[in-house]
Amino acid sequence: MTTADLAAFSNNAIAFASAVYVLAFLSHLVEWVLGRGVPIGAVGAEPRGTAAARASTGVGGVRRTADAGRVWRAERGTSEAGAPAVLGTQPPTAGDDDDASTANERDELRIEKFARIGVSLTALAVLLHLAALVSRGLGGDPVRVPWGNMYEFCLTATFAVTVFYLGLLRKHHLGWLGPVVTGFNVAILMLAVLILYVPAGPLVPALDSYWLVIHVIAAITATGAFIVGGMASLLFLIRRRAETRGEIAAAGYIARLPESAVLDRVAYRMHAFGFPIWTFAALIAGPIWAQYAWGRYWGWDPKEVWAFITWVVYAAYLHARATAGWKGKASAVIALIGLATLLFNFVGINFFFGDTSQHSYALSVVLAHSGLD
Amino acid sequence: MTTEQAPAAPADSPVGAAATTPPTPPSLPPALTPVELSRWTWRQLTSMRTALILLFLLALAAIPGSVVPQRSVDAIAAGQWREAHPNLTPIYDALGLFSVYNSIWFSAIYILLMISLVGCIVPRLRIYWRGIASRPPRTPRNLSRLPQSRSFEVDRTPAAAMAHAQSSLRKKRYRVDVHEDSVAGERGYLREAGNLLFHVSVVLVLVGFAVGNLFGYKGGVIVVDGQGFSNSLSQYDDFAPGSMFDPDDLAPFNLNVDDFDVQFLESGPQAGMPTDFSADLTYRAEPGSPELTHNLAVNHPLSLEDGEVFLVGHGYAPRVTVRDGAGNVGYRGPVIFLPQDSTFASFGVIKVPDAMPEQLGFEGLFLPTYAFSMDTGPVSQFPDALDPVLSLLPYGGDLGLDSGEPQSVYDLDKDELEVFKNDKGGDFRLDIALGQTKELPEGAGSITFDGLDRWAKLQISDTPGKALALGGVVLALLGLLGSLFIRPRRAWVRVGSRDGRTFVELAGLDRSSGGDLEREIDDLEKLLRGGTGADRESQ
Repeated sequence: MTTADLAAFSNNAIAFASAVYVLAFLSHLVEWVLGRGVPIGAVGAEPRGTAAARASTGVGGVRRTADAGRVWRAERGTSEAGAPAVLGTQPPTAGDDDDASTANERDELRIEKFARIGVSLTALAVLLHLAALVSRGLGGDPVRVPWGNMYEFCLTATFAVTVFYLGLLRKHHLGWLGPVVTGFNVAILMLAVLILYVPAGPLVPALDSYWLVIHVIAAITATGAFIVGGMASLLFLIRRRAETRGEIAAAGYIARLPESAVLDRVAYRMHAFGFPIWTFAALIAGPIWAQYAWGRYWGWDPKEVWAFITWVVYAAYLHARATAGWKGKASAVIALIGLATLLFNFVGINFFFGDTSQHSYALSVVLAHSGLD
Repeated sequence: MTTEQAPAAPADSPVGAAATTPPTPPSLPPALTPVELSRWTWRQLTSMRTALILLFLLALAAIPGSVVPQRSVDAIAAGQWREAHPNLTPIYDALGLFSVYNSIWFSAIYILLMISLVGCIVPRLRIYWRGIASRPPRTPRNLSRLPQSRSFEVDRTPAAAMAHAQSSLRKKRYRVDVHEDSVAGERGYLREAGNLLFHVSVVLVLVGFAVGNLFGYKGGVIVVDGQGFSNSLSQYDDFAPGSMFDPDDLAPFNLNVDDFDVQFLESGPQAGMPTDFSADLTYRAEPGSPELTHNLAVNHPLSLEDGEVFLVGHGYAPRVTVRDGAGNVGYRGPVIFLPQDSTFASFGVIKVPDAMPEQLGFEGLFLPTYAFSMDTGPVSQFPDALDPVLSLLPYGGDLGLDSGEPQSVYDLDKDELEVFKNDKGGDFRLDIALGQTKELPEGAGSITFDGLDRWAKLQISDTPGKALALGGVVLALLGLLGSLFIRPRRAWVRVGSRDGRTFVELAGLDRSSGGDLEREIDDLEKLLRGGTGADRESQ
């Protein structure tokens, strides 16, 4: 296979992956729409396998009842065991013959089915996505890492987000992120293909360094963690608003979200994971590479300035989360500000500050600039 | 900075409620003495809230530097911006917007942040020092009131259960104290150490950064292929020293660019992109030391003891010979042209002050791969020198070099110069291909395009303190990992017996936010329950 074939295959695989993400998104939408009609408590009170099912798919998961912790643990126990057998084998109780209850139960099973379909499709899409990235790298002539320009960065970042989501799905019951992650991927991949696409080619000399691999892989990993964390923070704000207003309906997406405290914890975990990696990417690997490539480890280049701003805002988030009066809502807002600066750094700097930034990937222009001194 | 609250306070303790306490009493509070006032100020400055606000201010204050061109980042862009906006420039100057990161207000924010940080760290270091040897707190009377508590029966004698509880907690790396009927454990002492290390390291990084800015320098020089450079101030095209830099500190090396080579992608969708450029150097670290060679490329600098040489750009230097009306050679040699865009269409100026009867000047473009269209005039199609052409406008008159004012070699002072005219009265334009000679009108002379050299733009810089900054940031990362992922926890086990059966009470407390205490206590429960059953089965 020639490099051109590989590059063409990469394009096809991305298109294919996007289509599968769309299907996964639709499946999650159906799951969500069905969930609107099924009150959560109606079935959850009876241990008829549904609780365990919900744990494994992650939809809803936590009851608003006082013993939420106990139920939560019970669910985790079953999902860790890998099968919902523990609760499912209990003998049916008398109340099960109740018509409404069985109807709800049937609906819960349908919801669960669509959730499973959504997750399976996402898993399939992420494999295609991986194939696209690998072939893009192999199609680079010479072979290189697939993150040398904005199009490739979009591809890799959405891949990272999906891997985080799928990887932590079971452990942290992230089923409620399904529609958000798949919808996000569809939107970003569409933008990447429509606006940012560039044919596969070699790297400009300044990017031809193993620090590219280290620096960018760290930046992408942190970006993926921050995006998932930001999604959790956003849902936390929505859920918390409903909770404080006492507006949580018996059914629907918000009702099926975990409690705000759980969302907050997931958000914190993702951010706490992403922050040290971001520190490494932006403040260690980046400066080392900059020292090699440009002769200064920190030059207040717009990209560096915004990486620093992102770092400062996320540092503020971690501090705010431990400060009385700043917990909860305030720190979630700070996390979203952090995400905004992160995305601006990627999109804004490359578009608006293009040729004054040494990160604009248009090296010859930059070199011409430095030649003008 | 205070990243944790008082240890025992469970999450969401209502400290924030203090802000909403009833309105101030009607009588005026007594005036503060200076000591009280300074103490109050210090408290405010070192409070977490202030630190948070300062962090936000720092983020906000950094933004203008990415929007307005910065003198230290791109002097040309800053200069052009100033020329284009004469009304805004004085205001921006007064606000320090062309050098945000050296401005008073930016410095004020980070210095306040540093003071706040140090003011927070020092007392906490003291507390930590005292706490590091502390024992786990005594077992609370009522374990069931703690955030996580369990109670279960075990298959052991009370004494065996106590011993088992000790070993279980030790296995989970708790520091353990044994009391009469209970075991108290605490772990995660290093979290606070990590936290402190992180904040101390931030100060280290800033010190390293400041040292680099004060004592370092950065200079640029364009060296034509085949020519040399020796490291002294007069040789630089541009030079930006730190405010405490001493020119005597310049490393006394010299180098020669023996062969500069560049390759462009000639086909494919990204044709014209440089794939590789490098310069073969010979250099001496100091006069008299042995001559060494180095292949200088992007990402492959030459590192010397007190400075580094980087390849940051390249361009063309056409070799020309200019003869005056009398046929005498007025100028011969390479002229540096500066690339304007990615096709390397380059702008340059040739000055011939010795030409007779009047001085000659040329201004125009060097086009490495010549093309012409009626819309654009002469353009370059490709960055490599496939069909090099000089496209120049000749001028005659006074170059203005005798006025005493320094002139840029890339700029023609046209006050006293007249452009030559062609027969139709338009500007006379010379398009000279490689090897060609073109005559000027009115017998004013001729110009020959003899050959083509390339030049390399070198950046020479020394940044002392960079090892300190790097070490600091690596330590900061280690501290950060500790402070985020080490979980400070307390756990207690109480053993009781009734009717010959042994009961175990287990409870835990998480001293950080975001930890999954429940899982930890689950694991402990498993450990405490485990052992005996398995033993029995194996018997």
